[in-house]
Amino acid sequence: MILKTLISQLLARPATNRFPAKYMPKSVTHFLTNVQAGKAKIVPPVPVPPKFRGKIAYNREKCIGCQLCIRVCPAQVIQFLPEVKKIRMHVARCTFCAQCVDACPVDALDVSPDFLIADTNRSSKALTVE
Amino acid sequence: MADREKEHNPGIPVVAEKVKVEAPPGEERPAPVPTTYEVPIGPIHPALKEPIRLTFKIEGERIRGVEVRTGFAHRGIELMGTKRNLIQVLYLSERICGICSISHPIAFTLAVEQAAGIEVPARAQYIRVIFSELERIHSHLLWAGVAAHELGFDTLLHLTWKVREKVLDILEELSGNRIDYAIPIFGGVRRDITPEQYPKVGEMIRYYRGLSDELMDAFLRDPSVEARTRGVGVLEPQEAEALCAVGPTARASGLRKDVRQDRPYLVYGDYAVKAITPEDYGLKPLGDVYDKTVVRLLEVGQSLDLIERCLEDMPPGPITSFPKIPALLAHLKKAAGEGLGWHEAPRGEVIHYIRLEGGLDEPSVWKVKAPTYSNLMSWKPMFEDQEIADIPIIAASIDPCICCMDRVHVVREGGEAWVTKEELLKLSWEKTRRLTR
Ligand code: SF4
Ligand code: SF4
Repeated sequence: MILKTLISQLLARPATNRFPAKYMPKSVTHFLTNVQAGKAKIVPPVPVPPKFRGKIAYNREKCIGCQLCIRVCPAQVIQFLPEVKKIRMHVARCTFCAQCVDACPVDALDVSPDFLIADTNRSSKALTVE
Repeated sequence: MADREKEHNPGIPVVAEKVKVEAPPGEERPAPVPTTYEVPIGPIHPALKEPIRLTFKIEGERIRGVEVRTGFAHRGIELMGTKRNLIQVLYLSERICGICSISHPIAFTLAVEQAAGIEVPARAQYIRVIFSELERIHSHLLWAGVAAHELGFDTLLHLTWKVREKVLDILEELSGNRIDYAIPIFGGVRRDITPEQYPKVGEMIRYYRGLSDELMDAFLRDPSVEARTRGVGVLEPQEAEALCAVGPTARASGLRKDVRQDRPYLVYGDYAVKAITPEDYGLKPLGDVYDKTVVRLLEVGQSLDLIERCLEDMPPGPITSFPKIPALLAHLKKAAGEGLGWHEAPRGEVIHYIRLEGGLDEPSVWKVKAPTYSNLMSWKPMFEDQEIADIPIIAASIDPCICCMDRVHVVREGGEAWVTKEELLKLSWEKTRRLTR
């Protein structure tokens, strides 16, 4: 079995997805800037199944400020904004358990398929949901 | 000899311990001086994936004794649990172990459900069983790959882990995450298995059944794997019993010991699960690494059968008895009492103990026993008289999970300290008294 697989693997595509580029770019930051400028293309990530637990999506309009999500969140991701009675999520701390989604009485929270959220700055815009 | 060794490898700390042997009278040449060395491995070492220190007494190439020192990965999780509400603790329990990330929550929810008198609907029980069997498949395949790697057979590692991707895809499909599935909740489960997902699980079962012969060939009928695992790291049945080994470690020694068989919970009782030993493969159990491989590979097949039967028998109905989280939180806050939950994790028996005080969100006591805690002792007889080169595979053969198990680390006056046996006994009495007050 091993030999058979080894030989077929020589001819087949790699089992893993070559993400984000087929060959390691010299500078990832440079490559990503090029991607944003439309000069380079990234290899798409593997598709995720429906109801994948990615970054939490927040619908500010629907939120009634009941703070139930804050009560159940195991990682203290969610900050309450008392002046506006809304919440702010610091996604860098999130464990993606989606318990807040289950707890929200008005469905203001939902899971999204977005998982490309790695960042060196933990309070960057992409990592703060409000 | 030790000095010479030190000269050549000044970086390696070698502690020599010369044993003086008197030359027998009448003989001219003195008998060779047996010398034992102490070789510390860990807490940080390339051969170890997790921090633990093993100090081996070595004579030539042979291991004459081992001392195990734990406590490097103590995270204080039990104390953290007593400062959070039960729903938060549930996710904390999931993070005791990434690989057993359904076993700990299941044992924990069972404990809380017992303490708070919560019923679990039938469908939810089936879903919990399906998830824990999927986890067993992925954990055992992971172990098989790690074992191949420790033997230096990396081709087999990559092959096994490629095969393992299938079950991870199914777990991701069913739960939304590859690990840390966040499926159990008190009173049921959080996600249903929908009719569209049934065929995908069925396809996975057929995929693994089709591969089972080839995997058996690669692991059990491969001459080089057999040469490295037969007779290596033997754990005699009497020793396994005396040292309270659990899970595949005990079963490989021929003990028919399995929580799913001995104290059935959820719907395991309906399926009369039988503990698997090498006898089921037509072998006399020796308790060596080969037997541990046999048991784990056979258990993959057993899990496939269980998943298939659960999918067939699963009744329709609700998946939780508390669809609304505020109602659940209120019920848990009122509940008072203690509960004990257990589960057969891929590595053996997991136990969670919980005590709830009425009117408090947090549990007042949370106690966790992970399987590696029970299995660690069996390292001692297993390492006895083995070769240095076999250390990695013997250490890996109990499928150790150090961070799950580290429950104690003693720090006194800023420094580390040893606890004597008597002190430990006293601490244990005090703790038991505190728990049962
Ligand atoms: S997904 Fe879990 S960790 Fe993340 S914000 Fe929601 S409750 Fe908190
Ligand atoms: S649970 Fe929902 S409605 Fe309540 S504060 Fe959180 S997001 Fe807003």
